[in-house]
Amino acid sequence: MLWQRNDLALDADPARRFLPWLLAMIVFLAGMALAGMMGLTSAVDRWDKGLTGTVTIQLPPVIGKSDQAIKNVRAILAQTPGILSTRVIKTSEARAMLEPWLGKGAFAKDLPLPRLIDVRIRTNAPPNMEGLGIVLGNAVPGTVVDDHRKSLERIISLARSVKLIALIIVVLVTLSAISMVIFITRTGLAIHYPGIELLHLIGAVDNYIARQFQGQAMELGLKGGLIGFILTAATVIALTQFANAFGGGFLPTIALNLNQWLVLISVPLGITLVGVITARFTVLAELRKMP
Amino acid sequence: MIRFVNVGMRYGLGDEVLHDISFELKPGSFHFLSGASGAGKSSLLKLIYLATRPSRGMITLFGQDLSTCQRKDIPALRRKIGVVFQDFRLLEHLTVLENVSLPLKVAGAKAVRMREHAAELLSWVGLENCIDALPSTLSGGEKQRVAIARAVVTRPQLLIADEPTGNVDDAIAMRLLHLFEELNRLGTTVMIATHNETLINSFDHTRLVLEAGELKRVT
Repeated sequence: MLWQRNDLALDADPARRFLPWLLAMIVFLAGMALAGMMGLTSAVDRWDKGLTGTVTIQLPPVIGKSDQAIKNVRAILAQTPGILSTRVIKTSEARAMLEPWLGKGAFAKDLPLPRLIDVRIRTNAPPNMEGLGIVLGNAVPGTVVDDHRKSLERIISLARSVKLIALIIVVLVTLSAISMVIFITRTGLAIHYPGIELLHLIGAVDNYIARQFQGQAMELGLKGGLIGFILTAATVIALTQFANAFGGGFLPTIALNLNQWLVLISVPLGITLVGVITARFTVLAELRKMP
Repeated sequence: MIRFVNVGMRYGLGDEVLHDISFELKPGSFHFLSGASGAGKSSLLKLIYLATRPSRGMITLFGQDLSTCQRKDIPALRRKIGVVFQDFRLLEHLTVLENVSLPLKVAGAKAVRMREHAAELLSWVGLENCIDALPSTLSGGEKQRVAIARAVVTRPQLLIADEPTGNVDDAIAMRLLHLFEELNRLGTTVMIATHNETLINSFDHTRLVLEAGELKRVT
């Protein structure tokens, strides 16, 4: 409506035409960093849940003697405090696990595989792994106790570093957005100084003038945010489908749940809010310099 | 209405452009402010319409001492003053009607009231056929009248005009002055800065004369 038109011709500023695209890039970068962080957190959680409370006992492949060796190991495990249950992994299962790496060829079938025993342990009172390893090694030479917690701890540590980097990226892009809005707002204030001074002299309060810039910041932020979110969503969906279709067990599943999508939607809204607040305070600070 | 007591003013760290100005304007009075270019007319007007602050002295406006006035109270004082700027200061992307209604919008008036008042004022200055025109399509005299309509649309208590006849011919200048007199009869205090001696002599109003930043006489 005619009467709703902005008193200042902010739309005509050349710098403002590029702002939505710059904000779109910022939203995309922040969104991808967050998506990566959340996907990684989910994957680590799944690994953690899947591996906590289990260890794998690995027996060397000895033709004709494997079954006896397994029997001996299970007998020791049955008497060891802290062991809840044991399950011998069939050779066919072990081959299936190796299929993504070795394929289904004859070579893979002939390859001697170690026998594996999946052991569930009491998490609140686990057995002494080092001691257990020595006892089992004495009973069946070459037996190895694979405590998943050690490798998981390394993965969690790596994941924490990646999350920290992602957070730093989010903070940096937010700071970039703030700097950009301050720069654009100050440019706008300089370009429209005569109009601003006129409004000031006919009795406009600082909030009235600031609202014009806030309105612009919101419009541009939402425009840029929408573009950035669409790009982020398309990339995340494409990566998820790629991982599912071609990852074949190598790549972790990075599908995001509903809450994680809501977090991604909050990125453009958050950037817009930051833009509006930044524009407001920049304008108010400049207007305070006027008599 | 306005009282200046020993007012001095300088821009930044420069020399004083106004020295020891003292005068008083009664409500409902009509004054010309004259003086050569550079005498300080515009600076004096800026002090009155609150575009700048004095370096020293005391200014009382609408009964309020400006030195004790808080910044948040200034917009309300400004709304009581209508200003016709020498360079019009029309917003080029807004129509004539929108320009004239701007002070009402700033004051929070409703759209219907804004349109009615602005249209009425444009009719008063003879521009009823230009309400949807952009300023860039108007002549200097028409722009001047739009600026006058904008200055009086809120029915201000005080009207300040800085060289309002500088861009128009004598006939239009006389017509504009009669418009100001009409407003004055309705109770608005008017102060017009001009160096058009013919125009000043055509009216029987008080005249303040500035010379090199000093108020030399009031006649």
